[in-house]
Amino acid sequence: MPATSFDIPLQAYLVLAAILFCTGVWGLINSRNAVRVLMSIELMLNAVNINLMAFSSYIDGQQIRGQVFTIFVITVAAAEAAVGLAILLSLYRNRETVDMERFNLLRW
Amino acid sequence: MTIASVTQLICFVALSLTLVVGSLGVVLLPNIVYSAFLLAGVFLSVAGLYLMLNASFVAAAQVLVYVGAVNVLILFAIMLVNKKEEMAEIPGLLLRRVLSGAVCLGLFLLILRVDLTTPWAVPGPAPLADDSALLIGIHLFSDYLLPFELASVLLLMAMIGAIVLARRDVFSSDVITGEPADQGLLEKERTPLLLESTAGETTLLEKV
Repeated sequence: MPATSFDIPLQAYLVLAAILFCTGVWGLINSRNAVRVLMSIELMLNAVNINLMAFSSYIDGQQIRGQVFTIFVITVAAAEAAVGLAILLSLYRNRETVDMERFNLLRW
Repeated sequence: MTIASVTQLICFVALSLTLVVGSLGVVLLPNIVYSAFLLAGVFLSVAGLYLMLNASFVAAAQVLVYVGAVNVLILFAIMLVNKKEEMAEIPGLLLRRVLSGAVCLGLFLLILRVDLTTPWAVPGPAPLADDSALLIGIHLFSDYLLPFELASVLLLMAMIGAIVLARRDVFSSDVITGEPADQGLLEKERTPLLLESTAGETTLLEKV
């Protein structure tokens, strides 16, 4: 039997992911720098990944479908980061600021 | 308690402390460059957690994609938008922070309640030790083949989209209507993105 004794309960991973997710949500709401908003989104995606991996290892140990889902989430996160930063650069070029409070083009 | 379980516990505590402190630093530190480097630390500790969950392949993918690609991309973005700017004061900013903090705390308590009261079906079947990469490959080419191919199309679309969005050239006439383009945009095209402080030397961007 390999090192699978699981002395750490599943709930520890879930609570850790919850802390990370809520930190990301707070940062997403309160950041004024647009780059920091993207970083907060990455934090939230990582929290979801920790949840998926913990369930995959503790409950679905023979099939590890959670790990496959994590691979897909990592792919989507990479694409999101690339497109998000390109949008940010284009926005910075037109508005010459990264302040989220001044991106109010859709306010009526 | 065996020595293996003590080691596992120490690793988990160290990794989760790094994770929590690092993520708080990412959202709270005023200097965004420090935030970006702390984000790399957060990604690395998440990769360590994956190793503790018997997932060596995903841990390697996490290090390669997040630390190697996403974090470097974020650092490049910080470098390109590095103009020092004074953020205008917002009335009621503190109230907004406290309110959103309360909302996030409530969300955390809700998730915590779900986490701790749900009777999870543990222990499940015994996990695989070293065959996770093999099994992921089998999954990706049998029952998850369609999402796998869609992910490749998504990456291609994201790559083309990022190039189209971030390129600098502005056409002299509108592509669709044929009217002359906005001269303000053409002027902006000439201003270099990386502002050089020394006036004497011409930068590469200005020559191009």
